Amino acid sequence: MNKVHNNRAWLLVLPMLILVAFSAIVPLMTVVNYSVQDVLGANARFFTGTEWFKTMLNDPGLQAAFLRQIVFSLTILAIQVPLGIGIALIMPKRGWQASAVLILITLPLLIPWNVVGSIWQIFTRGDIGLMGWGLRQLGVDYNITRNGTDAWLTIILMDVWHWTPLVAMLCYSGLRSIPEAYYQAARIDRASKWAVFRYIQLPKLTNVLVIAVLLRFMHSFMIYAEPFVLTGGGPGSSTTFLSQSLATMAIGQQDLGPSAAFSIIYFLVILLVSWVFYTTIMHMQKDRNPQGGA
Amino acid sequence: MSEIVLKSLAHTYSANPQSAEDYAIRHMEHVWHQGGAYALLGPSGCGKSTLLNIISGLLAPTEGDVMFDGHRVNELPPEERNIAQVFQFPVIYDTMTVYDNLAFPLRNMNTPEYRVKPKVLEVADILDLTPLLSRKAKNLTADEKQKVSMGRGLVRDDVTAILFDEPLTVIDPQLKWKLRRKLKEIHERFNITMIYVTHDQLEASTFADKIAVMYEGQVVQFGTPRELFETPAHTFVGYFIGSPGMNFFALNYAQGTAYFGEQPLPLSDRYLRTLGRIESNNVKLGIRPEFIEVCTSAESDTLAVQKENLQDLGTYAILTFSLNQQTFKARLPEDHPPLGETVYIRFPDDKLSLYVDEYRVEVDHE
Repeated sequence: MNKVHNNRAWLLVLPMLILVAFSAIVPLMTVVNYSVQDVLGANARFFTGTEWFKTMLNDPGLQAAFLRQIVFSLTILAIQVPLGIGIALIMPKRGWQASAVLILITLPLLIPWNVVGSIWQIFTRGDIGLMGWGLRQLGVDYNITRNGTDAWLTIILMDVWHWTPLVAMLCYSGLRSIPEAYYQAARIDRASKWAVFRYIQLPKLTNVLVIAVLLRFMHSFMIYAEPFVLTGGGPGSSTTFLSQSLATMAIGQQDLGPSAAFSIIYFLVILLVSWVFYTTIMHMQKDRNPQGGA
Repeated sequence: MSEIVLKSLAHTYSANPQSAEDYAIRHMEHVWHQGGAYALLGPSGCGKSTLLNIISGLLAPTEGDVMFDGHRVNELPPEERNIAQVFQFPVIYDTMTVYDNLAFPLRNMNTPEYRVKPKVLEVADILDLTPLLSRKAKNLTADEKQKVSMGRGLVRDDVTAILFDEPLTVIDPQLKWKLRRKLKEIHERFNITMIYVTHDQLEASTFADKIAVMYEGQVVQFGTPRELFETPAHTFVGYFIGSPGMNFFALNYAQGTAYFGEQPLPLSDRYLRTLGRIESNNVKLGIRPEFIEVCTSAESDTLAVQKENLQDLGTYAILTFSLNQQTFKARLPEDHPPLGETVYIRFPDDKLSLYVDEYRVEVDHE
């Protein structure tokens, strides 16, 4: 084969490069630029080096928010993943029931974040909200504006309601792709229901679960609108998560330098945790006993 | 020990069957004897897999009975029948090692580990899987996977029949004969009934002692490969077995002569006598291309036909000839004489089959 070497071919990459530059690289570099400077005005800026990063990492308020964020993300993952698998397992497999259940289950996913927050804000009100009023009638002293635990539980419940359908749908599609012969072979091998789940369904779900865990982690780690509308981060700062702290700093206080440094740290943390998740799960699938020849 | 008997078995996937076409299995009777090596041969969609799934219990028949040793097992689920099944695409448990895969059916029956181990090692040895025992089953090649799924049937002492549903579909051609020989070996070693579903006549005849040919939901012939070749009981068997398939001549009988269209056929008296008694309008004369004798000059009992095409296939040649605007085939030896545009063919009397309403009828003896 005769290959023509012509370096002008690189020009064909140019449109893409420009596009990516404007969509990702330039905005990101602006943030990096801010993070190493103290901007006082249009013409007054000083180079600060890593100072903002140090300040941010040592800020007790941010550390607390970070801890809250981790606890929140892990909690909702621990609930949503098993629950999603469970729902997918009991969903009807064919017929109009399957379509009906799919539509019902998808509904929460179609509701905008802000609206979800508003729905739950009203839902939990003690005077007119069904849940708030109901719980009070039952004698539970439930108040998300005063009690931090109540606020926490409500936010978790809201997130489970809003996002478990995503996990369930991913698992459902994964389950549907398992060929019927696997179930037939398992019956002939006299496998119990649990064995079928453990050795057929769960292994075949691994790939969709990786996607589900990653999506849910990234999503929940960046959660903003729903708790902001529901509790405003309160009571106190008990439900103030990272993105809200960032928004307060960047928009409320116009602290561009610190918030830029903080944004970069935030971004790196998500990248790191996602990478750890991904490598761990992929590693679990590897052959642990590669000896024995090829 | 088990003998599998199918009694007036019928199955339909339609909730509201109207005609025979709605049935995948159409009222068939059949007996599979203990320890036999059988093949179930037929084209795609003839009901082979349905029949297999009914025997293993994955499907419950719409009508009729499945009997194991005289006991009706229609309602028994597969886990309560002493049967193993190997599927078209190898089914293995991805996350388990080969050893655990083979041990899986035993562990499901709560067999103690000290009894699992010797059994697994024995089966692994037979199937040449010993070097792979500690490997994850996921990383095996297709033929190794298929051996693992076969092995899961063999480890169980209670298995009396193994059903194979086109098990070699995904196997490389050069490995197919190896696996087929392995199957034969296993069959000779264990007293297990094996039913092998395939649409490949070569696969069926190399594996099985007896072949059941299925056509439109029924077993149209059950016999040895030789019987299927020499005396096809149904026109479909004649057409499906052999390459090329059997030639059929639609016959009319009038005043002591058999006609194919306008052309009188040189048939012996016993054929003519038999034809004289038949009332059906659907009468066909069948002869395999291998048995047609081709001559270069006219003789007393030959028929002049037009040569259409002569295809040399190395060790033999296929002659396509036409008679009455229809084409037929004859197989010639490698050293056949050169042929002109008109060739003369002869039907050897003892190689002909007579079909009435598609089924073979015995012809009078002299």
